[in-house]
Amino acid sequence: MTAPPDLQRAYKASLDCVHCGLCLPSCPTYATTTNETDSPRGRIYLMRALAEGRIDIDDKSLRGPLDRCLGCRACESACPSGVRYGELLEETREAIGRVDDHTWRRRALRSWLDRFIAHPRGHRLSMSLLATTQRLRLDRASRALPLPGPMRRSLELMPKLAPSRERRPLETGIHEPKGPVRATVGLFTGCMMETVFGRVNRALLSILLENGCRVHVPAGQGCCGALHVHAGLRERARPLVDANIAAFGKDLDAIILDSAGCGSAMKEYGHWHEGAAAFANKVRDMSEFLDELGFVPGTKRVEYSACYDDPCHLCHGQGIRSAPRSLLAAIPGLTLKPLSRPEDCCGSAGIYNLVQADLADSILGRKIDDITRSGADVCITANPGCMLQIEMGLRRRGSKVRVLHIAEVLAASY
Amino acid sequence: MDFLASLLRRFPQGRVLVDTASKLAYECDGFPLHRRLPLAIVVPRSTEDVRDIVKLCNEHGIAFVARGAGTGLSGGATPGDRPTVVIALAGMREFVRFDPDDRVAVVQPGLVNLDLSVAILDSGLCFAPDPSSQKACTLGGNVAENSGGPHCFKYGMTTDHVVGVTIVTADGTIRRLQEGDGADLLGLVTGHEGTFGILTELELRLVPAPEKIRTWLAAYRDMSAACRAVSRIVGSGVVPAALEILDELTIRAVEASVYAAGYPQDAGAVLLIELDGSRLAVDTDTAVIEAILAEEPPLTLEATEDAEQRTRLWKGRKGAFGAMGRLAPDLYVLDGVVPRSKLERVLREICEIGRTHEVTLSNVFHAGDGNLHPNLSFDGRDPIQRARALEAGREILALCVREGGSISGEHGVGSEKLEHMEFMFAPHDIEIFRGVKACFDPKALCNPHKAIPTGTSCKEGASAKAPGVLGAR
Repeated sequence: MTAPPDLQRAYKASLDCVHCGLCLPSCPTYATTTNETDSPRGRIYLMRALAEGRIDIDDKSLRGPLDRCLGCRACESACPSGVRYGELLEETREAIGRVDDHTWRRRALRSWLDRFIAHPRGHRLSMSLLATTQRLRLDRASRALPLPGPMRRSLELMPKLAPSRERRPLETGIHEPKGPVRATVGLFTGCMMETVFGRVNRALLSILLENGCRVHVPAGQGCCGALHVHAGLRERARPLVDANIAAFGKDLDAIILDSAGCGSAMKEYGHWHEGAAAFANKVRDMSEFLDELGFVPGTKRVEYSACYDDPCHLCHGQGIRSAPRSLLAAIPGLTLKPLSRPEDCCGSAGIYNLVQADLADSILGRKIDDITRSGADVCITANPGCMLQIEMGLRRRGSKVRVLHIAEVLAASY
Repeated sequence: MDFLASLLRRFPQGRVLVDTASKLAYECDGFPLHRRLPLAIVVPRSTEDVRDIVKLCNEHGIAFVARGAGTGLSGGATPGDRPTVVIALAGMREFVRFDPDDRVAVVQPGLVNLDLSVAILDSGLCFAPDPSSQKACTLGGNVAENSGGPHCFKYGMTTDHVVGVTIVTADGTIRRLQEGDGADLLGLVTGHEGTFGILTELELRLVPAPEKIRTWLAAYRDMSAACRAVSRIVGSGVVPAALEILDELTIRAVEASVYAAGYPQDAGAVLLIELDGSRLAVDTDTAVIEAILAEEPPLTLEATEDAEQRTRLWKGRKGAFGAMGRLAPDLYVLDGVVPRSKLERVLREICEIGRTHEVTLSNVFHAGDGNLHPNLSFDGRDPIQRARALEAGREILALCVREGGSISGEHGVGSEKLEHMEFMFAPHDIEIFRGVKACFDPKALCNPHKAIPTGTSCKEGASAKAPGVLGAR
């Protein structure tokens, strides 16, 4: 049987699965529903069936199982056969997205991604609007309004935004380190990281400068395109990819990020075209980079009793597990309490928590249980989506545990 | 009212699945060579739910099959030849009761094997049977299949660890079977492969977690040397907790995977040896094992008592089946058993069968009890390759029986080995099996056409050659 031409890559990847089922316990949605269609094995089977023409691409029942996938790729870490699940999912979602292109859901998603996530001005504008709403306490009032589910949930998700002067973008240009230059790097500022967690980018800049890095913050960089690709809107990510490659140029030793989701996507830029591969090879998560460089911590004591939550796109997507832990171990005064399942997804997964609220909530519930049981008073993670999601989960329970990005913790030692 | 309408009336939305995607996802288990779309999938939450499903099936003459995690390797949880309802039990996964003093745990059938041992970790007890799929497979499936695992060499199969079960029999009656209640019906039901009824609660025996564990990884130039070491160890009278062998091809496949355990890739075979028990016993036996290993020194030898290192050494073994996906799109895992003394020669003949049929063949097996797992890797989309793999499998199982062994050590007969039953059993044996099944399932609705050949799949003429095992002919 031949695969439809647009699913060749996915079909090939699906053939590596021998249906052993070792992925089942790693999947957050299977752990919640125990339905085979909510398991990686079941989804791979369906994607293969689609490519083989055993199920029609118009079949409505195909959408639920694929829409409910978080794309956390925990199954890749569990798969003895090395099935490239992320790739398989992206390509299949893209094919289904083309069929569903005309539906209002897809149109709404597309215009939201284009106007408010990928478009820098639109993004800033929406954040300013949110800040005003919060200042006027309209966000609480809005709970009574019959807003569409995803909009209501995004209002609940957003933390209290810092005053606008703290949310101003990182100054573009070259920042010189104090001592001798050990490396010349670019800093990718991201979208949410810059507008909601500007403090994290500032913390990362200070760590890099303390560690002898000459840091370029190029103008013209923007959204990494990950949300588009995960939503099956690959072609709309292409201009974003090219803009980033052009903005960073060729003369840097590395391009550093503090957002695991963006990092995972940018390390895969090589799929786009040959020129992108050279760029992708330079992309480093901050923990990975600092660990390779030889991290020099500060001397100030950081008296936190903390746990570390592995963002999916750091541990499963990029295979980075030990670097953040060894950086944290070097921080004076910090105690790390283990989580029982640190690599489980928190349910954030891009915009999953907005569109698959029920599943996301039960997955989040398990994460919060784990954090609470650990006895830590700070939860450290390394991705903006996870920070928002875990903060919301803790807020709902009235917990006092604070969520910090690893960059903030490392920077606190200087 | 028709059958589906009755189901939909009895169960809320989302608990009866009839859409195309669900049917596809439930059309096969860990043995995808056999597949068939189910009529529907029903998701019960309690023994009473299961009873109601079974009663409805009885009223309408519809066949049904229980399914846990679908990791079985003999097609036991696959829908049969006629319209079949899959009863999906993975969601019935409550830990009902734990009694550390009596060393028993009462669980629902959907609880995952490893999750039980993890839940009781602090008590110093554990559930001994450890199939390779233990992090995914359900205890209900383990009891239904009488599963084994590397440590069953010392601790016995699942049947040795079941104290009681609640079963909904094929006619929809809820029964409780307990160890020591007259005739050993509990023993009969353990390993019934889902053909007598549906298990809805299990009372399982727990054993003290060993005080000390010592694991060796010995790499040998070739398979024969590894087999000789096994013979010497078993001959010495020491009873290791496990004796596992992986061959060259398997080593390469797992070392390329996330389950890479650091097995030497230039070795022809690796042997995993594990001793467990009291400190004193392990120390005494360690001296014996080390003396035996010194008689014919392996290429490399690694020994550890560290929990983390031990997990690493076992990782490759536990991920071995799945890693075969790296060799070809399809995998057929065999489960033949041969007397230990014949391991070396039979393995050579098995490899020869693989060569004759041009099928990629790798071996990973429980050497201690002679339970072989020849893995046939092929591309099932090519009918020729598929036929060759099935034929090679058939010849290998026939060989095992000829050498005084059996067609299945722990994976069950399911749909996969129906046609191989004739190697072991004469027609009158099969008649007895059918009679026993009929006592539980007179209407033949409960996982029909599994485990016991029906008239069509058991060729009467051919089976006359089989010696028969149930009394004189």
